Amino acid sequence: MTFKAIILVGGPSRGTRFRPLSLDCPKTLFPVAGHPVIWHHLEALSRVDGLREVLLIGFFEASVFESFLFDATREFGDKFHIRYLREYRALGTAGGIYHFRDEIQKGDPQHLFVLNADVACSFPLNEMMSFHTTHRGLCTILGTKVLPEDAHRFGCLVAKPGSNEVLHYVEKPESFISDLISCGIYLFDVAIFNTMKEATQNKASQIALDPYTDSDDKLQLEQDLLRSLAEAHKLYVFETKDFWRQIKTPSSAVPANALYLEQYAQTFPERLAKSEPGGPQIVGAVYIHPTAIVDPRAKIGPNVTIGPRVVISKGVRIKDSIILDNVEIKNFACILHSIIGWDSKIGNWTRIEGTPVINHQTIITHNGVKIQSIAILSKDVTVKDEVVIRNCTVLPHKELKSSFHNEILM
Amino acid sequence: MKALILVGGFGTRLRPLTLTLPKPLVEFCNRPMILHQIEGLVKAGVTDIVLAVNYRPEIMVSILKKYEEQYKVTITFSVENEPLGTAGPLALAREILGKDQSPFFVLNSDIICEYPFEQLRDFHNDHGAEGTIVVTKVDEPSKYGVIVNHPNTTRIQRFVEKPTDFVSNKINAGIYIFNPNILDRIELKPTSIEKEVFPFMAKDNQLHAFELDGFWMDVGQPKDFLTGTCLYLSNVAHRRPQLLANPNLHYVHGNVLIDPSAKIGEDCRIGPNVTIGPNVVIGDGVRLQRCVVLEGARIKDHSWVKNCIIGWHSTLGRWTRLEGVSVLGDDVSINDELYVNGGCILPHKCISTSIPEPRIIM
Repeated sequence: MTFKAIILVGGPSRGTRFRPLSLDCPKTLFPVAGHPVIWHHLEALSRVDGLREVLLIGFFEASVFESFLFDATREFGDKFHIRYLREYRALGTAGGIYHFRDEIQKGDPQHLFVLNADVACSFPLNEMMSFHTTHRGLCTILGTKVLPEDAHRFGCLVAKPGSNEVLHYVEKPESFISDLISCGIYLFDVAIFNTMKEATQNKASQIALDPYTDSDDKLQLEQDLLRSLAEAHKLYVFETKDFWRQIKTPSSAVPANALYLEQYAQTFPERLAKSEPGGPQIVGAVYIHPTAIVDPRAKIGPNVTIGPRVVISKGVRIKDSIILDNVEIKNFACILHSIIGWDSKIGNWTRIEGTPVINHQTIITHNGVKIQSIAILSKDVTVKDEVVIRNCTVLPHKELKSSFHNEILM
Repeated sequence: MKALILVGGFGTRLRPLTLTLPKPLVEFCNRPMILHQIEGLVKAGVTDIVLAVNYRPEIMVSILKKYEEQYKVTITFSVENEPLGTAGPLALAREILGKDQSPFFVLNSDIICEYPFEQLRDFHNDHGAEGTIVVTKVDEPSKYGVIVNHPNTTRIQRFVEKPTDFVSNKINAGIYIFNPNILDRIELKPTSIEKEVFPFMAKDNQLHAFELDGFWMDVGQPKDFLTGTCLYLSNVAHRRPQLLANPNLHYVHGNVLIDPSAKIGEDCRIGPNVTIGPNVVIGDGVRLQRCVVLEGARIKDHSWVKNCIIGWHSTLGRWTRLEGVSVLGDDVSINDELYVNGGCILPHKCISTSIPEPRIIM
């Protein structure tokens, strides 16, 4: 059997909820656990036998992915080709796939993985594959259980007990339908292109009949395809008990980072830092880039990623945080539940602190103002000695000379 | 000479510290508040001190007994069965205060300043009237009751409560000297000396004002306790700089008072305006400014403290940050990495989550 995989990367007009970090880096390339978000997708795909090609589909300029594709080809090139296909405009999640149907079907793959870029997941792709061969559907969707009160943020699935056929699919319902939700990861038979053709024609005729309809001409996987697949008894769900997270807001990058680091601890413990004589004190899962310099008197972890060329001085404490490239953290600073943006500088005895993300709640309301629960410092933010920055989101190129609490700093 | 110190009640404004020690025994700049006053009085020739108190804790009795021997004074507790205000305690202690014709001092126990007892005594004897009030100048007289003198004299003309128009910037500093015949004006019942005694003395031309030089502070509550500490330390820096920590030490920044038994770690930056009590242990990389660290407290590595009072034997974990007039009672412990802003924490509590907004932890 041969496969192809598609990663839906979106475009610059998407991902505004990932601001301010997306002002300097598209969400899909934001590093979690030391690697860009979609690198983790590629790594999972590299474990699927018979995978020939991975296509990134989106509407970013091609230059955005140039250096990522260069690095990824070097790392995964012996397993599969990687290309970026750019939509001439946003065509919708299924629209882009349908538009590039000829490219995708080149080489006659029988199956197609489609992965949303904005998820962190253990990607049990081989398990999905085995399950897919046991049913007669066109699509296997990866599902996971969430807390009932969180279910309404996602696409909800009602599955038939026993067969796991999806009886009903609703995107972000207002009321409670099910606590089983779609992970945004699919395995299709190539015959899906016929269904897409029908869906495209249906949509066109609908718009022709009713020019005042609310729906646009974008073809969405979730609304336009999955529903009709479910009605045709062609949609099945494979439920994973493993980890899954959506990466929408900057705050969600921190739990995603933690989950990947914990996965490393199970699967690739050699990727993680260890406490060694003469080295910093390491607690739990911590990734430190080989070019970073960490003073032996620092205490790091759990759930910390320290990026390239970062310099961390003595007596620094970092926990549940992502420290991006080239950051400098001076003596005795304390950084908790935060993302520190590229080239930022943190002063002596300075404290940067966010609020832990609980369940999928990445936005907290403080005095009626909605803010990111994680403290977010964007690119090139300088924070003076001895101040405290709590629950703040700081836009790029700022200098902070005094303490701030619960604010967005423009 | 004789003196009466108005101690009063339970010092509730200085809680949680006063839940552990009576207010006169709480250390201000590493010495019990009352010791500052006793020393000043003894230096001016006082041999009899009366403490006007609402209650008499055993610990106060035993410590003051020690001071009696050390300073060769007689200290008597005058215990009120009901609160007698600011004048009533004088009547209650009349046996001691009126035992001879020499004048006696009266002072409020919450006041910190450079006590001018000797000059006050001389000034009082020179003008010959019945009483003298020490006055201090303030920036915002509208918050207080002010004192107005007869033009070009030290003789007090009247008192104006919370003036809206500027008439004077001098306020009652809570320190007095009186001739024993003032006792004829006071009955043994709850009476306010400010409202029910002074206006009549002024009318009789029996009251003078003595202007205080230098700093003055009512340190009865934590915020003012810290301000008073700053003022006192800068006074010490002028008068007896040898008492302060050596400014050439790399970790000392500005006026800092450190008990010789305290231990300071490496890479600390301490000051300005910090007092560190006996047997305190400060870890490495600790930053302290404008704070009071009482006896036996332990501040672990990399902590940052500003505008706080750390109670006796309390422990701050590593990478804690305390600010916003936080006050820790006796034996409080704060876990590693927490943030405390304006926390008022009662004795023997162990804090395991941050306190980002001012709050009382019972």
